[in-house]
Amino acid sequence: MSTTSYKDKIAARAAQEISEGKVVNFGIGIPTLIAKFLPPEVQFFVHAENGVLGMGGRCRRGEEDRNLIDAGGAYVELVPGASFADSSVSFAMIRGGRLDVAFLGALEVSGKGDLANWIIPGKYAPGIGGAMEVAQKARRLVVVTNHNDRADNPKIVEECTLPLTGKSCVDLIITEIAVMQPTRRGLLLLEIAEGVELEEVRQRTGTELLLPPEGPGRF
Amino acid sequence: MNKVCSLEEALSRVNPGDTVMVGGFGVPGTPFTLLDGLLKGGVNELTVVKNEANEDHMGISKLVEAGLVRKMITTHLGLNKTVIGMMNRGEVEVEFYPQGILAEKIRAGGAGLFGLLTDIGMDTELLSSTKQTMWFEGRELIVESALKGDVALLHAAKADRFGNLVYAKSAMNFNPVMATAATTVIAEVEEVVEIGDLDPEHVHTPGAFVDHVVLLEELSEEYGILEHHII
Repeated sequence: MSTTSYKDKIAARAAQEISEGKVVNFGIGIPTLIAKFLPPEVQFFVHAENGVLGMGGRCRRGEEDRNLIDAGGAYVELVPGASFADSSVSFAMIRGGRLDVAFLGALEVSGKGDLANWIIPGKYAPGIGGAMEVAQKARRLVVVTNHNDRADNPKIVEECTLPLTGKSCVDLIITEIAVMQPTRRGLLLLEIAEGVELEEVRQRTGTELLLPPEGPGRF
Repeated sequence: MNKVCSLEEALSRVNPGDTVMVGGFGVPGTPFTLLDGLLKGGVNELTVVKNEANEDHMGISKLVEAGLVRKMITTHLGLNKTVIGMMNRGEVEVEFYPQGILAEKIRAGGAGLFGLLTDIGMDTELLSSTKQTMWFEGRELIVESALKGDVALLHAAKADRFGNLVYAKSAMNFNPVMATAATTVIAEVEEVVEIGDLDPEHVHTPGAFVDHVVLLEELSEEYGILEHHII
């Protein structure tokens, strides 16, 4: 799969985790692609850490508002019903449990749902930003990531080796080849991408996969 | 009643070694004209509290690059390679907090509280191993001290002469909490109106918190649309 198509595959599947009326937060990277796969009649509200609730898509050129950006600095639009809050209230939404679902990328994620996505000691340490609060407090946390890193190592592992963003915080993992659910017993393989065999998923995953009684579905 | 004064008069309240809280999240809400004034004045040894350090060669970054900042208290420097490089070389001290916890530390400082208890980061070694913790109501929590500033520098869309402030859209961010948490609060504003001209229901920061209002003659060039953020 080309880079674009595997990212779209992940984003399209992730969009199914959003339903009417939900308050959602998108992290950087693949999560920013999810919204375009939702049908326009589904009304949901995108939260951004900088205090916007009800963010729409990116602006058309020439329609940028210097006072209206997302948490990554991109100029955005608003949807009807949007609101602004200060940083304290914006994070009260997060820590108070008002984010229905959040989507984050991962450097590593374990079968138990531990997430590492913010620091590579000695290489990359730009600060935690809002990720730790989102990971720990979103009601439902979906990790969207490519299944393996650039060196083909599994990103889904038995134990994370990098410092954690959050422990046992991940509810669902969506990659270009599989949808998996961390459970107390281990990682449950819920769905396999069309055209991919179970054996390939097993080989490319760094922890044991449990199968549901009815077998994994397809996506 | 008139808190409107010149840039020079307002910034004369900032002294070397001060802790300076600076509003803004990215460009919106960042008081770029006040920051340029500080840069020009050369006040040094500052501890700066800001969400991030702006992007390379903008706003806070200029102060850090000029060596005027001893320490940054911040949440994320991912969009500023220059300051990350300076941090890695030990040229500026950086203290990171989770973003909402930084906001709450400031809010506690402004509300006359001494600290707060949180479980954010408690189950990650990196935070819990470096922080004071305590048992409270049956669980172990991280203790965070309240944060106060000598000065807060804010950017608002509108003020009246009492210092009531109105922010625009996502330019609100850290400005309202910082307005409560510093000994001297200075706001640069795009428009000044007479007392009574602001609808009381629309005031975000009540004038009691604000000491000086600086009317911008023109917006700093940083408030132009940034080409690299247009998709």
